[in-house]
Amino acid sequence: MIPEPKVVNTIINGDSKQILVSERDSLLEALRDRIGMTGAKEGCNNGNCGACAVIMDGRLVNSCCVMAAEVEGSEIMTVEGLASRDELHPLQTEFLDNAALQCGICTPGFLMSSYALLQENPNPTEEETRFWLAGNLCRCTGYDKIIESVLTVAKG
Amino acid sequence: MTMLEPKISSVGTNTVRPDGIDKVTGRAIYGADVRLPNMVIGRVKRSPHAHAIIKNIDVSKALALPGVLAVVTSDDFPEPVEAILQTLRGPMPAQWDIERLMARRKVLFKGHPVAAIAATDVHIAEDALDLIEVEYEVLPPVVTIDDALAPDAPILHDDGLDSLVEDLFQPVDGRPSNIARTVEMGFGDVDEGFSQAEVVLERVYETAMSHQGYIETHNATAIWSQDGKITLWTSTQGAFGIRQNVSRVLGISLGNLRVIPAEIGGGFGGKTVVYLEPIAALLSRKSGRPVQVTMNRTEVLEATGPTSGTRSFVKIGATREGKIVAADIRLEYEAGAYPGSPVAGGARCALGPYVVPHQRILGLDIVLNRPKTAAYRAPGAPASEFAVESVLDELAEMLDIDPMELRDMNAAVEGDRRSDGATHGSVGSREVITTTSEHPHYRAEITQKDVGRGVAMGFWQNGGGESSAYANVHEDGKVTLITGSVDIGGQRASLAMQFADTLGIKYEDINSLVGDTDTIGYTGNTGGSRTTFATGWAVYQAAVDISTQLEERIAKIWEVPVDDVNYSPIDASLHGPGDLVMTFKEAAAKLPSTGGMVQGRADLVSTNVGKVGACFGAHIADVHVDRDTGKVTVLRYTAIQDVGRAIHPAYVEGQIQGGAVQGIGMALNEEYVYNDDGSMANSSFLDYRMPVANDLPAIDTVLVEVPNPGHPFGVRGVGEVPIVPPLAAIANAIYDAVGIRVSSLPANPESILRELAEHES
Repeated sequence: MIPEPKVVNTIINGDSKQILVSERDSLLEALRDRIGMTGAKEGCNNGNCGACAVIMDGRLVNSCCVMAAEVEGSEIMTVEGLASRDELHPLQTEFLDNAALQCGICTPGFLMSSYALLQENPNPTEEETRFWLAGNLCRCTGYDKIIESVLTVAKG
Repeated sequence: MTMLEPKISSVGTNTVRPDGIDKVTGRAIYGADVRLPNMVIGRVKRSPHAHAIIKNIDVSKALALPGVLAVVTSDDFPEPVEAILQTLRGPMPAQWDIERLMARRKVLFKGHPVAAIAATDVHIAEDALDLIEVEYEVLPPVVTIDDALAPDAPILHDDGLDSLVEDLFQPVDGRPSNIARTVEMGFGDVDEGFSQAEVVLERVYETAMSHQGYIETHNATAIWSQDGKITLWTSTQGAFGIRQNVSRVLGISLGNLRVIPAEIGGGFGGKTVVYLEPIAALLSRKSGRPVQVTMNRTEVLEATGPTSGTRSFVKIGATREGKIVAADIRLEYEAGAYPGSPVAGGARCALGPYVVPHQRILGLDIVLNRPKTAAYRAPGAPASEFAVESVLDELAEMLDIDPMELRDMNAAVEGDRRSDGATHGSVGSREVITTTSEHPHYRAEITQKDVGRGVAMGFWQNGGGESSAYANVHEDGKVTLITGSVDIGGQRASLAMQFADTLGIKYEDINSLVGDTDTIGYTGNTGGSRTTFATGWAVYQAAVDISTQLEERIAKIWEVPVDDVNYSPIDASLHGPGDLVMTFKEAAAKLPSTGGMVQGRADLVSTNVGKVGACFGAHIADVHVDRDTGKVTVLRYTAIQDVGRAIHPAYVEGQIQGGAVQGIGMALNEEYVYNDDGSMANSSFLDYRMPVANDLPAIDTVLVEVPNPGHPFGVRGVGEVPIVPPLAAIANAIYDAVGIRVSSLPANPESILRELAEHES
């Protein structure tokens, strides 16, 4: 049966949020269905496509594989938190300039994964980039322009 | 046509798409992102069996669950008005159109919908599905082509409705059959052709059923209002096609049904079909709420349209010099549970790149207990061209001719007859062959062990069809452009660029939008590589309509005959007698006070569209075969393609790269694996293995530009062809590397190891 809902306290993109979640909700469901943050996408709901990638306490996670109840006290960064008021993040700008998206559904996940990569390794090789992003599926681009974009941003 | 050359030109540059910022910031509203007041969640109950008779459906327990608002079964669909339905792939009993969406008497594939529910919460909806009780009488499933063609095969469509359509399911040897239809094409005298042949090769090839693999799953959000009007948001490649199909199965007039295409997360042909939309609408009517229904990935793989698994029998005869004289081809394509495989596309394209004076192609559309197939990028072509390109590779080796030289000797050019009876227009086949032969990749030496190179060509005829465009000129000289073409990969940009160049104004001055079925005229799908071509035509005509109206208006202001005023896109200005000149911006500013604003429109039907430009490509692949594990790694890849004229070169490259990688997936990884009971064994992205970034090298592209003379900007469709050559290019490379001819795709490690073992023994 449906368990009683539960309040989860979290910080999302710098904003304190109290979210009323079901114990059965994933973080992805809490973001999308409880507070209307639909930037993270569901592509597979089992951690294979990376479209729902967000950063939780500095670590890249697939939000479909994190229970909402687990994020109590955590800081979450989503694609909605990547740009500042006036400026896009360099990854966002480069993805647009270099045609690294076609349909764009995987883009939020690729941006968050690429952001996490550059946090951990600011100067990745092409091979390192291809391995890091192997957890993100894109069906439109064949990955070329995504990889190029990340390497361009890394070079500055 | 004369190409336009305005001073300010965006065509040929890599502009940033107007929807770009929304798509990198998470703001873009895709279908499943639609949130409406009071909205509830819908889910579909699906058959666990591939083939079974439904004895009873009991929804009472589900309805009794608190939070469940409505249940829908096939009883909620009205009887079809017309008994026979005309489809792209021939007439069909209309009843099947509904039964595919919601099973009635029988389920025909695992995942076949049997009921749907709406509930106030997603988890209540999930629980309610388990409470729907369905009693089945399980029947033996038809899982493979051989199962389907066996003399004693279980017959899928035993309801007698096929007798409504004359050529459907003709008996074979006096017995009912699972062959829905046959198509035949070709010309000449095949026996005569083979009598001239000095070498004849006869081979059989197979490809596995595979999925488009768009990352966004299907979704539909519907409001059935108290006044009988329905509003639908959905992820589709064409809102008008969805409107037509929903209207038909629900018996709702087109005027009461508004379909709003949300942003779409990939389609590749697969999002041209109705699955959830009528279900969402019925759930909304019964619950009185807006209802959003979404699929999970397993539902997408098990119950939406993949492309056919196939078997191709190819016999090709040639002279010792390498001239092809005859071809006899039999194609067997899986249709899935209902008729309608892309076998005709396979037949049209099999010999597409070549001149074959005597040819016969027979195609069989075969039903079996798998999901009904849908269009997938160059529908039907990858499988049949894989077969022919593999035979040509073998022929080249046998006759000791360079593979590209063999293709050059037999290349189809303008005026040559195609298998479907049409003749080739202006095509870039020779240019593609020459560019490929001369490419450094083709000439590079291979030094590593177990590394080989393969090459193959691809052909797709491309499409035209119906498109509308509407443009509002604002008094500050900016223009809002609305088309009916869903933006699946930068169409807002590529259309705005053509529109801007027709008037010679800046791309940045165009606000490019996608309309819905109530705000723009009929427009066909974004698919078949038609959008930049056909909707490009429409925006060109809408721009010309504006310039004509400006000439009329400004002639009145100047008080000169209208014939003396000419709009020139070269300087984006109107020119009158003497030195009378007025820029587009100046003219726009005068509109409000001289009779009002100007709107341009175009409604393009297939009869007034210019000549569609067919498309050729050639791919070069280097692969390494690991003899211990059987793993094939692509080391280097180059795709050469005639693209007509690249409106947005980076997006054209992206089409080629993405298509090539889907083809590489078909060649190496992707397949529907079935258990004997007809259930899919790999219905997740973990087990249905699409290529990821570290599986691949860079995909180098060479854009060969042979402008299509039938289009104001020289556009040819570019999206389909790149999925065609990889299958044979990779298979031919594997042969070059380790000497085994792969006849069944995907060439996964298991099959490579088996072939290597056979080869060595």
